Amino acid sequence: MTAPQVEVLLQTILSGLLLGGLYALIGIGMTLIMGVMKIINLAHGELMMVGMYIAYVLFSTFHIDPYLSILVAAPALFLLGVFLQKFLINPVMKVDAIIPENQVILTVGIGMVLANIATIIFSSDYKTTPVDYATKAWYLSDIWKTSPIEISLSLPWTVSFCCALAITGGLWFFLGKTDMGKSIRATAQDKDAALLMGVNVEKMRVVTFGLGSALVGSAGCLFIPIYYLYPDLGGQFTLTAFVITILGGLGSTVGAIVGGLILGVFESLTSTYAGMGWAPVGRFVIFLAALIFVPQGIMSLFTRKRFGK
Amino acid sequence: MKKYLPLLIAGILALLPLIGLSSYWMHILILVIMWSVIGMAWNLLGGYCGQVSFGHAAFFGVGAYTAGILYNKTGMSAWWGLPASIVVVALFALLIGYICLRLKGPFFALGTLAMGVILRVTAENLTTITEGDLGIMIRERTWIDKTYYFYIILILAVASFFVVKKVIESKLGYYFVAIREDQDAAESLGINTTFYKTVALSLSAVITGLAGAFYTNYMGYIDPKIVFALHDISIVTIMVVMVGGVATFWGPFVGAIIMVFLAELIRSIPKLGAAHHTFFGILLILIIIYLPNGITGDNPKLKRLLRMGKTT
Repeated sequence: MTAPQVEVLLQTILSGLLLGGLYALIGIGMTLIMGVMKIINLAHGELMMVGMYIAYVLFSTFHIDPYLSILVAAPALFLLGVFLQKFLINPVMKVDAIIPENQVILTVGIGMVLANIATIIFSSDYKTTPVDYATKAWYLSDIWKTSPIEISLSLPWTVSFCCALAITGGLWFFLGKTDMGKSIRATAQDKDAALLMGVNVEKMRVVTFGLGSALVGSAGCLFIPIYYLYPDLGGQFTLTAFVITILGGLGSTVGAIVGGLILGVFESLTSTYAGMGWAPVGRFVIFLAALIFVPQGIMSLFTRKRFGK
Repeated sequence: MKKYLPLLIAGILALLPLIGLSSYWMHILILVIMWSVIGMAWNLLGGYCGQVSFGHAAFFGVGAYTAGILYNKTGMSAWWGLPASIVVVALFALLIGYICLRLKGPFFALGTLAMGVILRVTAENLTTITEGDLGIMIRERTWIDKTYYFYIILILAVASFFVVKKVIESKLGYYFVAIREDQDAAESLGINTTFYKTVALSLSAVITGLAGAFYTNYMGYIDPKIVFALHDISIVTIMVVMVGGVATFWGPFVGAIIMVFLAELIRSIPKLGAAHHTFFGILLILIIIYLPNGITGDNPKLKRLLRMGKTT
């Protein structure tokens, strides 16, 4: 490979990693909900869309920076998630029906309503937040003067990636070190045992759904400086989140991070070398490959050896 | 009496065009019957076999595109797409089944959903075969009058009704229900669950594909965003069955009537037309919470609710 080709490849992989960091944040939200409640939230992308519209409204009326709007969007989405779980999903989990996937179909209904309400309020035009740093970039040669190859990265992508890292770190601390985080993990592992240990399972479910929604809402705020926004955007991100969850292994947080990064890099590679239109197909090729070759998720490759002993 | 009810209803429907309905009403009737065909197909897989598919648009679209590509590339009449789609859709169903039937429950649902999206994106990008976003137009319509189309879809509907009824009342149907109720238990009783799930999926897919091929002929225009639509095909299919009645013979028909009329009603109200997904979503949420087995499936419950409404 010649030097320019290496540059393109490295550039592609790096921007893929940045994208993957954001994907991981979306995936973690879904994986949390899946682990604790054992249902797939098909309104996940739509919740992200709501978060993005909150950031958009704050930017266009009060000129608040999209990154700062996380502080508004995350609590708002938390409340929305709590509301959905308490008044819609919880009652359905108790209903006895022929089709066991009722809750999944319910989340589809919720997603439809959210997307349609957004269309009515904001019309289906494409919206952006034209921040002044949107097109800024930083170069490798700024830091390393004598570098043999040149790599440039978009500034907002980098900031978003760092924010995603910070949020993931915060979540890791919450789940690992606090009492409530431990209760959530206990509920995910074994609902009945957690109940016997005095964990308020109902409350944990509500909190988890709120937390998952808040995570995906803040991912939306991180996405909006670099992405455009329209009401039907949710569906594709729901699918992305699902692919990440399958790739990383169901209910595994670390898996979701690894899965998100892999997906980001792969998608970036497909759009560089096969054309933009094929990027969604690349996403699903990964999905199918994961289903056929590593049905337990990426993380199972590392844990299998331990079981063998 | 109950035994002849299907024939009676088919007979009444067959006589309907004779009373001179307007073209618009014929269109509504054709849509109702087409949706009940798709609903019956979904019900076979989702209602009886318990494998909830979110990607029936995949089969619908493949059927529609088989007819469209056949017409566009070889110049044959698009009606040949109906027999051709049986073969093509069956092959696709085997492939999709091979991949997706490894998944259980909600994961199967999402796997099929992803399949629908993959096929849509592929159809958008393979411009040499599918004409991409331009879509395929059937330039010569076979008939102007809608009556012929009505009889064709009616024959299709009656045929699929009897196929579904025969399958469900045979041994196969009991296998399906056993798989739905408890897959592991069914497996332990010696039922080859993967095989029977594939059978259910293929049968369901073929019927949906036939409806798709009919759609190409009837509408005369297809493009990837219409025939592979997630909300307007896959989700509406589920809604037709959920509203009408899961795992009942008449559910899809009842559901199709309600959904098509509701869609037309909402669309005809000015300003509310854009909100039809909201109404569908709210209806779906209400149905799942209050009548989880649909109007036909929860008939006793519905009657009780209505009576309570009257007394209080």
